[in-house]
Amino acid sequence: MTTATAFNLGLAVLVMVLACWTVLARGAFAATVGFVAYGLLLAFIWIRLGAVDVALTEAAIGGGLSGVLMLGAAARLRASEALIAAETIAAGRRLWAAALSAVTALALVTSVLLLPDPAPTLAPAAAENAAATTLGNPVTNVLMAFRALDTMLEKVVLLLALVGVWSLGPDRFWGGRLGPRHRVDPEGMLVFLAQLLPPAGVVVGIYVFWVGANAPGGAFQGGTILAAMWLLAMMAGLTDTPPSGSRRARLVLVAGPSAFLIVGLGGLWLGEAFLAYPLAYAKALILGIEFAMVPTIAVTLGLLLAGPPDRSAQS
Amino acid sequence: MNMAIVSDIFTIAAVSAGAFFFLAGTVGLLRFPDVLTRLHALTKADNLGLGLVVLGLLPRTDGLLSALKLISIWLLVLLGGGIITQLIATSARRGGPPE
Amino acid sequence: MSAMIIFAICAAAAVGLGLFGVITNPHPLRKILSFNILGSGVFLIFGIVARRGAAAGFGGDPVPQALVITGIVVAISATALAVALLLRLFEATGSVTLRADASADTSEDRAAP
Repeated sequence: MTTATAFNLGLAVLVMVLACWTVLARGAFAATVGFVAYGLLLAFIWIRLGAVDVALTEAAIGGGLSGVLMLGAAARLRASEALIAAETIAAGRRLWAAALSAVTALALVTSVLLLPDPAPTLAPAAAENAAATTLGNPVTNVLMAFRALDTMLEKVVLLLALVGVWSLGPDRFWGGRLGPRHRVDPEGMLVFLAQLLPPAGVVVGIYVFWVGANAPGGAFQGGTILAAMWLLAMMAGLTDTPPSGSRRARLVLVAGPSAFLIVGLGGLWLGEAFLAYPLAYAKALILGIEFAMVPTIAVTLGLLLAGPPDRSAQS
Repeated sequence: MNMAIVSDIFTIAAVSAGAFFFLAGTVGLLRFPDVLTRLHALTKADNLGLGLVVLGLLPRTDGLLSALKLISIWLLVLLGGGIITQLIATSARRGGPPE
Repeated sequence: MSAMIIFAICAAAAVGLGLFGVITNPHPLRKILSFNILGSGVFLIFGIVARRGAAAGFGGDPVPQALVITGIVVAISATALAVALLLRLFEATGSVTLRADASADTSEDRAAP
């Protein structure tokens, strides 16, 4: 057994143990902590699979933002756990559920083992057409050029989720400020961190976005780091959430999908198809769309985590 | 030839020492009786453990920029870890969240 | 490709555990956590397919990787919406039960502004 195989084995075992912990632990808080650790270790597995962009996304979004979301929810739902424990399903049904899960897992392993060899792959096609955009990162090429429609629709999904979250606030607060106002000791540690870290974090976020053109990174990863810095400042009370009716916030939110749509319709009108980039301007167009995308991603993710409007716009 | 062997030995020694501190921190996390002592053990893993690992990896970087990036990772972990430790300790001293 | 078998077992275990968690955990937040684990297991299968498609000088097929990145972002937006719904349910009815026949006071918001 080589070192690499032993490392993979150890990593896989650790991740499986953490997944068990998250599903079987007592108490939502313990499960959430296990989930955050699971997300971070999963990033390692992604690196072992050679997908560094995905590892960055998993660490930032799956480990970081999801963790923040769940920890906050677990803290606010602490009072509900005693009541819900009464609804635990019977042991017989649990056995059936375990059997179903085992069968599903077995079916998945079998299907992976039966995958065709040599594996069909689109890598040669991606390599051939990389000259069209002159970007060095193949995943960015796929995201922003070959499957740009997916990325555009994903922006729209983010917006729809945000509108869904906003619609959960009381009617009288529609357009109001989101979530609670965080009151924190102004001389305390959290404020210190929120004053020290965001400048570095913003630089790192912009760097991760910028370097994504030719190396692992990209708009999503960079935007998530920027969102995290904003959330830190919000949680330390240094800045308040924007009112959901704020025109500026809404403009930033639609900037990303709009840039995509404008370029796409331009491609339809002046070129061959929706989202067809003219070859001479491909790189410039892609960078332009990404420049509009990153603030949108940052603001959308930040507002998704801030919650529904719970206060009036003037508070 | 000589420099390569020396730098390899340095890397292995420093990373192993760092791994030892991580192990010690984890043992402390699992065995110490209360929150404050466990935090104390964890900070050793953060500062010394990661510092030694980063030190050991420095000879393997290609250029000053990568080395600076590694060191800045260590500094950011120090900053984050230190602040979080303070926050947890303050909350634990005040009675903390119910178990 | 023994590395693939190890990670395939890990991915399948994640899917199985996530499915088990969704079915058996009564608390909706735990269900959401388990659902995320289920999703990440599915993404890992994508990753294995991508790794097997390494060709033309790339370490992996970039198309499944891009799909997974899209999937992770969509997953967190769905999770954020689900958590917001859950918190609203808790505020409005004081419990997180999903049973339709549970006696709950749903006519007025219980939370004060």
